[in-house]
Amino acid sequence: MAVRVEPQDFDIGAEIASLTSGRTDIGAVVTFTGTVRGAAGGQPITSMTLEHYPGMTEAELARVEAEAHDRWPLSASLIVHRIGELRPGDNIVLVIAASAHRHAAFEAAEFLMDYLKSRAPFWKKEARPDGNASWVDARESDTAAVERWHKRSAPKV
Amino acid sequence: MGVDEPDMTLGPDTSRNAPNGTEANRVTLRYFAWVREKVGHAEEEVSLPPEIATIADLVDWLRRRGDTYASAFARPEVVRAAIDQTHVRTDAALHGAREIAFFPPVTGG
Repeated sequence: MAVRVEPQDFDIGAEIASLTSGRTDIGAVVTFTGTVRGAAGGQPITSMTLEHYPGMTEAELARVEAEAHDRWPLSASLIVHRIGELRPGDNIVLVIAASAHRHAAFEAAEFLMDYLKSRAPFWKKEARPDGNASWVDARESDTAAVERWHKRSAPKV
Repeated sequence: MGVDEPDMTLGPDTSRNAPNGTEANRVTLRYFAWVREKVGHAEEEVSLPPEIATIADLVDWLRRRGDTYASAFARPEVVRAAIDQTHVRTDAALHGAREIAFFPPVTGG
């Protein structure tokens, strides 16, 4: 289990190798990578700046990761989130979930992303070619994405 | 035990008591993203009046402090809060809080 919040880019292959090195209990590794889109609402963007809440961010990511380990038999996991100014095409976030079998790894990776997006204190600001910049609004679809995990954890009786 | 020894008990920190005997509830307020931009600064230390018991009370109190705060909290339902780096709802009690943060809904990932 590990979380990192840092400005520099990550190397997905190197992160997987580091996570699985010397391990023979892992049979499935699922990764998700989020990248910067070059347009928002049909308008091109020139950069995206990520602000965060130092201390709380790491604490929330660790809580989200611990929750995933409670729900699925994970062998290893990693969350890396970049901060600062990024360009279209740049990596933003990496989630890796490793387990003995694929279902746990697939589900945990999706859960980690849904929870991260709803709980981790990051805020995106997009700059446009005319020099204006605006904060990205939270999306209803992200709230819905995290709520389906609540339903699953508390089935109707 | 000498008077210079640090107080290791978990009782109230009497060093924070105001001269008149009422506890000056000193907290650090932190603001992020557009809440920070509208307030005009990222962080400040304030002494909370004793009647400020919850996040909602604090928001009402801040809104009366000036135009920048009134602007930042014009729609309090879209501002989120954390106490000591944990998400809380607006009815959360401030008792014992050291750091209270206000920010928009998060947009990471």
